[in-house]
Parts: sequence; structure tokens; C-alpha cells
Amino acid sequence: MSPEPAAPMIEFAGVTKSYGNAHAVLQAMDLNILKGEFVTFIGPSGCGKSTVLKLISGLTAPSGGSIRVDGMLPKNARETVSYIFQDATLLPWRTVRQNVGLGLELEGVGKDRRAEKTAALLELVGLGGVAKAYPRELSGGMKMRVSIARALATNPRLLLMDEPFAALDEMSRDRLNEELLRLRAEQNWTGVFVTHSVAEAVFLSTRIVVLAPNPGRICAMLPVDLPWPRTAALRETLEFETLVAQVSHELRGALSQ
Amino acid sequence: MKRRLIVIANALAVFAGLLVLWQLVLWIFHVPPYMLPSPWAVAKAVGARFPLLLNAFQITAEEAAGGLVFSIVVGVGVALIFAQSRWVRRMLYPWTLLLQTVPIVAIAPLILMWFGAGTPSVTLIAFIISLAPIIANTTQGLISVDENLVHLFLMHNASRAQILFKLRLPHSVPSLFVGIRIASGIAVIGAITGELYAGSSRVGEGGLGYSILYASSQLQTDYLFALVLAATVLGFGFLFLVMFLEWYFLHNWHESARAPEAE
Repeated sequence: MSPEPAAPMIEFAGVTKSYGNAHAVLQAMDLNILKGEFVTFIGPSGCGKSTVLKLISGLTAPSGGSIRVDGMLPKNARETVSYIFQDATLLPWRTVRQNVGLGLELEGVGKDRRAEKTAALLELVGLGGVAKAYPRELSGGMKMRVSIARALATNPRLLLMDEPFAALDEMSRDRLNEELLRLRAEQNWTGVFVTHSVAEAVFLSTRIVVLAPNPGRICAMLPVDLPWPRTAALRETLEFETLVAQVSHELRGALSQ
Repeated sequence: MKRRLIVIANALAVFAGLLVLWQLVLWIFHVPPYMLPSPWAVAKAVGARFPLLLNAFQITAEEAAGGLVFSIVVGVGVALIFAQSRWVRRMLYPWTLLLQTVPIVAIAPLILMWFGAGTPSVTLIAFIISLAPIIANTTQGLISVDENLVHLFLMHNASRAQILFKLRLPHSVPSLFVGIRIASGIAVIGAITGELYAGSSRVGEGGLGYSILYASSQLQTDYLFALVLAATVLGFGFLFLVMFLEWYFLHNWHESARAPEAE
């Protein structure tokens, strides 16, 4: 079953989120994300970027409005969703292979099937050689690859990513961006990404949502019509730089509101 | 490796210095041997009574080890219950502080009264005194798991049991070892203190604590020193064993368990 291009993966209708009596973190957000899209949320701190991901994953409930993920309540849709956190969040007592197999193990997938699947994914992210290593032996970039492999092991149709490359140096970040797009082309999941980096947002996305703070809300929505497949060379083109300038401009607007 | 040799050489030099100082004090102040025996006299006492000393050492070691193992089993069990909810912790945790604050010398006579003299009572005392640090540290390890790791497990629809046994319990192992390290020292102290009250009353059957009591009543100060030495060796032995196990289980994964050379 290939996803229908126009079917919505995520539907936000009048979603509001506030903690206690404090200012609303998100105010009346309406947004549809279609299957196959790669949508990036960008904005200054306090605009509710991470809250959007927490809401989609059902880790927090909205204070008002409704959210549907693949037509279901977020909590019931978790089987189709994987989450990549800002830290690699690997279990230090498990080898790389055991870490990648964690999701499958928790979902009750048998040992043989798990071994097969984790081996394939480690090859895919270029970590076949360190399957038996422990996380402490890996660099930051390698740890993040393990984290990505773990997220993809359960065949998600929706991948949520909360600033996954923020802690990496720029070169590792660029390379992982390219790899992420390659994996997406092969596996066809829908992506929702949160970042502080404008260049990263432009490089990865089909659409960028700029959020403004106090209360968190959508202040601009920009489609990214850059050609596919996107490679390192794209970053040097005029179109890319124009879009980066445009998003930066919107971000400044979001800050001054 | 070279740094380690220097550390060992330093320790030996300090030890030799102390022995010299000890002998000098004896010569200069003419201290009678029943007050302070010479290092050589202590060494001779160790040699002369070695089988007796070894026997006492073994009894105390078994009592302390028994109490420690028992407190690890019970302590981890209690910590697993404490990790279930904040409510349970609030209600029950203050009672574990009682374990820590009640003076063991005060309850030792009670235990002697209830369970009689001998190894079981002493083991019980070692158990009681070493339980609190195991509970406290393991509970801390179980509940201090990174929120995102819990979220990760929830995203894969993990059950409560899966989160407890595949995430919280392994995550608590380094903290458990901190607890065991503290407990191993006080289990030895507990066993010796317990023997002062509840050691076997037959000569030659008591552990180090009982033998210390006996030697001091007989003014056998050289043997008393030998016993103190044995007690120290026992304490160190426990600590080294625990540290070795800690290294063995954790050197692969826990950052703080990394050998200093690796950093």
C-alpha cells in the first residue's frame, strides 16, 4: 500500500497547549501535514517547536482542540511513529546492535527477525563495522546514526525529529542531513523536523513552518521547491541561498512580533 | 601503569615511615609492651596465632558477607517497590532513615536477647546496618532515568514491566554499586560490633570482634593489634572486591566507571 499523496498524516485543528496558568505555549494552531511531506518547524526559543512534536507523539495532551495522526488519536498511532531526540539517548549497557533492536524487542519481534533487521539498518547508516561496540566508544555523529537506525528499525511511516543534529559540528550535520534525505527517498516516511538552523531547514524540507513565541503560533509557511535529489552541491546554488535569506527574514519578523 | 606504581610506592613509603615512628615512640618514651607492643611483637603475634587469627577472620568475613548479600537482595527489592510511585516513596522512605539513625550498639543487645549469641545474630546486625545505603542509592538510580529515555520506551508502547526491567533496573546498576561500596565497609564494622555483643562465647569460635574483646581483657595487646590489623585487611578486602566487580560489570558502558587512563 503506497501512501496516497494527498492524504493527511497529521491534522491539527485549533490546538492549544498551556501548562498551568502560564502563557499558552501554543495558541489555536491549525495545520495539516500530508503523507510524504517533510515539514520543518523553526522559530525562536519559547515558540513551542518541541511541544508540537510532543503533541503529535501523544507524550502530552493538548489543552484544547483536536489532533489526528493517520486518522487516529496520537497515542493509538504510536506503532507507525518513531521519535528521534536531541541527544542520541542510547542505552549505555547495550551494544550498538542491541540498541538498534530495542524498538523491535519492545514490540515483541522475534530474535532472528530482529537480528536480520538490525543488521540491514546498520549497513544502511554505515555502521556495519561497529555493531558490537558500546555507545561510549562512538563519536557524537555515530551515536546519532545509531539513534536514526533505531528509529527506522520499526518501519515508521512518520518520523519525528527534535533538533537531532544540534549538538554536532557543522560537517557531521551536513553529512547526516544528506543521509537522512537518502533514507527518506528509500523508505518513504513522512518527516516532521524541529531545528534552529535555517540552512538545515531549507535543505531538508518540502515545507517550512515559522513559529512566533508568546503565545506560540504559526507566523509564516514557506514551501521549499528545490529539486530532488538534493545533494551537497545544492547548498551553493542561488535558489538555496535565496530561500535561506527568505526564511531568515521571516524568523526576524517572528522575533519582533 | 607507571602512575599506579608511583602510588603504590608512596603508600609503602608512608607505611614504612609509620612503623619507624611507632618504634621511635617506644624507644623514646619507654612505653610498656602491654600498652603499646612493638611492630615486631605484633608481627610475632600474627605468626604465633595465625590459625586462630585466620579462623576469626573467616568467621567475621562470612558474617559481614552474609549481611551484605542479604542487604543487597532486600535493598534492591525495596528500591523496586519505592520506584513504583512517588506516593509510596513519600510514605515509606522516611522509615529507611530510621535504619540509618538507630545506633547499632543500642539494638545489638536486643538482637542478642531475641536470637541468642552466634553467627545468625551477627549476620543480622551486619544486614541491618548495611541496608540503608543500598536502598537509598538504588532508589535514586531507578528514578533518575532521563525523561527522553522513558519517552522512547513509551513511543514503542513499552509496558510498565518493560520500563522497569529493561530501562530503570539496568540504569540503576552504577548507583547500586555506589551503595554496595558504602555498605561493604559498614557491613564489616557491623559484624565486628555485633560480635562484641553477640559473638560466640566459646574461645576459639568467635570472630574478630569477640577475639578483640577477649584479647583486651587478657591484656594481650600484641594479639589485639594483630586483630585490628586483620579487621583492617578484611575491610580493604571487601572494598577491593566490590571495586573489582564494579569495574567488571560497568567498564563497558558507564562513563564514571571508566578507568582514569582512558580519559
